Amino acid sequence: MQHKSKMAGADGDDSLYPIAVLIDELRNEDVQLRLNSIKKLSTIALALGVERTRTELLPFLTDTIYDEDEVLLALAEQLGNFTMLVGGPEYVHCLLPPLESLATVEETVVRDKAVESLRKISQEHSPVDLEVHFEPLVKRLASGDWFTSRTSACGLFSVCYPRVSSTVKAEIRQHFRTLCSDDTPMVRRAAASKLGEFAKVLELDYVKSDIISLFTALASDEQDSVRLLAVEACVSIATLLPQEDLETLVMPTLRQAAEDKSWRVRYMVADKFSELQKAVGPEITKNDLVPAFQNLLKDCEAEVRAAAANKVKEFCENLPEDSRETIIMTHILPCVKELVSDTNQHVKSALASVIMGLSTILGKDNTVEHLLPLFLAQLKDECPEVRLNIISNLDCVNEVIGIRQLSQSLLPAIVELAEDAKWRVRLAIIEYMPLLAGQLGVEFFDEKLNTLCMAWLIDHVYAIREAATCNLMKLVEKFGAEWAQNTIVPKVLGMANDPNYLHRMTTLFCINALSEVCGQDITTKQMLPVVLKMSNDQVANVRFNVAKSLQKIGPVLDSNALQTEVKPVLEKLDTDTDMDVKYFAQEAISGKYTTLSIFFLYEVASLGPLHLVILIHFSP
Amino acid sequence: METTKLPPTSPSSPTTGFSVPSAEKVDGFPRRSMRRARQRRSHSSSQFRYQSSQVELTPLPLLKDAPVAELHNLFCKKLQQCCVLFDFLDCVADLKGKEIKRAALNELVESVATSRGVLIEPLYPEAIKMISVNIFRTLPPSENPEFDPEEDEPTLEASWPHLQLVYEFFLRFLESPDFQPSMAKRYVDQKFVLQLLELFDSEDPREREYLKTILHRVYGKLLGLRAYIRKQINNIFLRFIYETEHFNGVAELLEILGSIINGFALPLKSEHKQFLVRVLIPLHTAKSLSIFHAQLAYCVVQFMEKDATVTEYIIRGLLKYWPKTCTQKEVMFLGEIEEILDVIEPSQFIRVQEPLFKQITACISSPHFQVAERALYFWNNEYILSLIEENSQVILPLVFTTLYRVSKEHWNQTIVSLIYNVLKTFMEMNSKLFDDLTASYKVDKQKELKRERERAELWRGLEEQKERRLQTLGETSRNQKNLQERGEPPQPSSPQTTLPKQPDLKPSGPSSTT
Repeated sequence: MQHKSKMAGADGDDSLYPIAVLIDELRNEDVQLRLNSIKKLSTIALALGVERTRTELLPFLTDTIYDEDEVLLALAEQLGNFTMLVGGPEYVHCLLPPLESLATVEETVVRDKAVESLRKISQEHSPVDLEVHFEPLVKRLASGDWFTSRTSACGLFSVCYPRVSSTVKAEIRQHFRTLCSDDTPMVRRAAASKLGEFAKVLELDYVKSDIISLFTALASDEQDSVRLLAVEACVSIATLLPQEDLETLVMPTLRQAAEDKSWRVRYMVADKFSELQKAVGPEITKNDLVPAFQNLLKDCEAEVRAAAANKVKEFCENLPEDSRETIIMTHILPCVKELVSDTNQHVKSALASVIMGLSTILGKDNTVEHLLPLFLAQLKDECPEVRLNIISNLDCVNEVIGIRQLSQSLLPAIVELAEDAKWRVRLAIIEYMPLLAGQLGVEFFDEKLNTLCMAWLIDHVYAIREAATCNLMKLVEKFGAEWAQNTIVPKVLGMANDPNYLHRMTTLFCINALSEVCGQDITTKQMLPVVLKMSNDQVANVRFNVAKSLQKIGPVLDSNALQTEVKPVLEKLDTDTDMDVKYFAQEAISGKYTTLSIFFLYEVASLGPLHLVILIHFSP
Repeated sequence: METTKLPPTSPSSPTTGFSVPSAEKVDGFPRRSMRRARQRRSHSSSQFRYQSSQVELTPLPLLKDAPVAELHNLFCKKLQQCCVLFDFLDCVADLKGKEIKRAALNELVESVATSRGVLIEPLYPEAIKMISVNIFRTLPPSENPEFDPEEDEPTLEASWPHLQLVYEFFLRFLESPDFQPSMAKRYVDQKFVLQLLELFDSEDPREREYLKTILHRVYGKLLGLRAYIRKQINNIFLRFIYETEHFNGVAELLEILGSIINGFALPLKSEHKQFLVRVLIPLHTAKSLSIFHAQLAYCVVQFMEKDATVTEYIIRGLLKYWPKTCTQKEVMFLGEIEEILDVIEPSQFIRVQEPLFKQITACISSPHFQVAERALYFWNNEYILSLIEENSQVILPLVFTTLYRVSKEHWNQTIVSLIYNVLKTFMEMNSKLFDDLTASYKVDKQKELKRERERAELWRGLEEQKERRLQTLGETSRNQKNLQERGEPPQPSSPQTTLPKQPDLKPSGPSSTT
C-alpha cells in the first residue's frame, strides 16, 4: 500500500497522502462513509496542506456538489471553518465557489447552512476582497434564475453592506429592492424576514427613503405569509427611527397589520406585542397599542386571543408608570375578565400562565378586590391545564397577599388534580408539591396534603410512583429529618410488607431517595434492617433491587454495618439462582469495593497520619 | 398548443395495490382515541369580522315566475342577495335569512344549469362577485395543530349548506353552454385564481373536491391563465416541500396536474421538465407522502410516457431521495419504481440499471420484511424479469453477494424462500456467470474485508498526522507569543509562519491501492 509505506518512512514527520486516495474517500459509494469523510474534511485538508487544499481539494468539492443533502449539509458547515486550512484570510475567497453552489441547492437546511457559513467567512474578507470576490457572488445569487439562489442572497446583503464603497452600497440596495418585489413568494418571504436585519445596517436616510416603502409594500403583500413577516421587521424598523417619524412612517402599517383579515398576521402582531410596545415607546403605546391590544384580546380567532393573553403581563408591566394602573383597570382588566370564561381552553390556559403576575403590578388592594375572584374562578376551571398554570405561579401572589387567602380554594383544586384521570396531570401537580409545601407550611401540609403524597406512592403508573419518591426527598429537604422520621419513614417502611411486589419495590426506591437526606442514624437503624430483610423476598425483581439499594445507601452507612450486615447479604445474593440478582449483587460488591477498602485501610492504618493521606486519596 | 383532457365528473384516483390501509397498521397504539379526548374547540370564522350589521333578507319572487323582461334583473338581485353571509357556528341564528339565501342559491343553480340565454354580460361581474364574497376567506386555524389526514377526522366547514351551493353554481356557470371565456376572463383574473388556489388548503374534503373540478374547468376554458396557474401550483408545492410541510390539497392539485401533463405538447418545454425535476421529484420527500403518493406516481409515469428521455432524471431523483428510516415510505418508493419499470424503455433501463439495482439490493437486505418482500416481488413481474435477463451480465454481479448473504441470514422464512426463487431464476438465466460468482464469493468477501482494514488504516494515519500538525501549530504560536513577550517585533501571522513548512509536493498519481 502506497500511503502505508510512506507512513512507515515518515517517522513522525509530515507525509503527503496522494489526493486520489483522499478523494476516493469523499466519493465512497456508501453514503454513511462519504458523510463520515466529509465531516473529517479538515483532517483531509490538513493532510494536503494549504496549497493543495486550494488548488486540488476545493475545485473537486465545487465540481461534485450533486450529492445527498445530508452530505451537502456537512460540507456547508465544514467550509465555514476552513479559513486557516486554505491559508488564512488572504485566501479565504477560495471558499466562495463551493459555498456559492451550496447556496443554490433546493434543500432549505443545506442552503441556510451555506448562507450561515458565507456570513461567517464574509467577516474574514478584507474590504478589498469583499468588493472583488464576495459582493459579485451576492449579486450573482440575487439575479439567479431559480428562486433558491435569490432567497440565499437575501441573507447576505447585511453582512457586506457596512464594509463596501458607496457605489457598491447603492447597488446592494437596488438588489434588495428588486428581491422584495420578486415574483415568487418564497423570495419575498426571505426578503421580508431579512428586512429588519438589513435596515439595521443602513444609513438612517436610506431607512426612511428605501426601507419604509419596502416595508409598506411587503406588509400589504397579497400573501399573508409575506405580510406576517413584515410584522417582525416592524420591530427593528421602529427601533431605528426617531420618535417623531414613527407616527407617519410606521404606525399606519402597524395599525393595518393589527386589523389584517388573515388571523395569521394578527397572531404575529399579538405574538410580537411586547417587542412592538418597546419599539414604539410610551406615547404611541397609550394612544394606539392599548386599543389594538384590547381588540386582539377580543379577536374572533382563539389562536390570536391565546397569543395576546400570553402577553398580558408583559404588556402591563411595560406600560408607562404614570398611567399604568388606570390603563390596566379601565382597559385591560375588563378584557381579561372575559377571557377567564373564554370558550377555548388554550386561551384560558395561556391567561392562567401569566395572570398571577398582575398582582405584583396592581398591588395588594386591587389584587384582593379584582384579581382574586379571577384566580379563584380559574382554580375551578374545567380544564386541568388552566388550574395547573394557576398553581404553578402561586409564588407571585404569595409575595403580594400571602397564600392563605387562596388556600381554601386551593385545596379542592389540588386534590382534584392529584386524582385526575390523566397521569400527566398528576405528574405535573406532584412537581409543584415541594413549592406548595414551602408556601403553605408544615402544619397545613401534614393536615391536608400528606395523605395525597403517600397515595401517589401506590399509583398504578410507574412515572407517578417515581415522581412521588422524588417528591418525598424534596419534602424532607424542606421539613427536615425529624419530620421525616415521624411522618414519612414509618409509612414507607410499612409498605415493605405489602402483598404487591411493586409496592414493596417502591419502599426500596424511597429508601434510595431518602437515605442521604435522612442521614446515617435513620438509615442504619430504621431503613437498613428492612432492606436486609427484603433480600429474602420471593420475587427476584425485589431481590436485585435490594442489591441496588445496598449499593446506593452504602456511602451513608457506617463501616461496621457495611462489614457485618451488608457484606454477608450481598454475598448471599451473589449465590442467588436468578442471574439478574447475581449480576446486581456483583455490581454492588465491586462498586462497594472502594468504600469497603477505604474502611479496611482506615482500620489498618491505626490512626497514624498516613490514613488521612489515604482517605484524601480515595475519597471521590 | 396544449390540450387538456377533462376528467370524469367524479374523478377516481388511481389506486395502488400495496398501500397499507391505516386500520391494519402494525402499531397497535390507540392514537385516535387519545386524540378524541381533546376538547373540541369552538371558534367563529374570520369571515364575519367585517360584516358590521346583519342585513335582513326578504324573499324575492321566483325566477321561473318572472317575465322574460324582468328575468335578468331578478337574477342580478338574487346574486346580490346571496352576497350576505351568515354565521353557521351559531346554528339557530337567523334561520329565516339562511333559508331565503339557500332557496335563492338553489334557484340560481337550477337556472344556470337548465335555461339558456340567462348568462348575459352584465351578470358576469355580479356572479363572480357573489362567488368571491362567499368562498374567499382566510381559512381558520386547524382545530388540531398536529392534524394527521390519515388518522384524524377533518374539520368540516360549518357554512357548507350555503358554500356547497355557491360552488355548485360556480361549476354550472363554468360548464354552461352560454359561458363565454372572453367575457369571464375580465373577472376571473390572476388574483381570483390565486385566492382559489389558496382554498385548496381547506381541511374539508368536500370543498377540495369541488375546487378540483372547478380549477380544472378554469384551466380548460381560460387559456390565458394556464401558465399562471401552473406557476402558482409550483409555488404552493415548493412552499409545502421546503417551508411548511403542510397543505391539505396536494393530492387534488396533483390530480389536476396529471391531466395537464397528459396534454403537454411534444417536445417537452424546459419549464415542464424543470417542474418534474425540481418540484415533482422533491415532493417525494414530504412526510405526508402516503396521502398523495398515488397521484404523484401517476404524474411521474405520465411524464415518462410523454417523453422517455426524462426517465434517467426520475430514477436518479428517486434514488437521491430514497427514504433512510421510514420503511412505509420505502415500500411506496418501491411501488413507484415498479410502475416506472413497467413502462420503461429498454434503452433507458440500461442507463439507470446500476444505481437502481444497488438500491434494490439494499432493500432486499432490509431487516424489515415488507421492504425486502416488495423488492423481491420485482422478480415476479414478467417485463422486469425480461429486462433483468437481457442485462444479467451487469445485474447479477451487483445483487449476487447480497442475495447469497441474505438467504443465509434473514430472520423471515418468506423472504428466504423468495430469495431462493430469485437465485434459481438467475441460475437458469445465466448458469455460467452464476457458477463463477458462487466460486468467487469467499474471495470477494475477503477482499472487501481487506479494503475495510485499509480504510481504517488510512484514517488512523490521517488522524495521527492531524494531531502532530495541530501540536506543531500550537508550539509555533506559543513560540511566537514568547517572542512577542520578550519585546521582539511580532511576526506577521501569515500561513507560511504559522503552519509548518510544507514538504515538496510529490506527484499525486492515481492510487494503486484502489
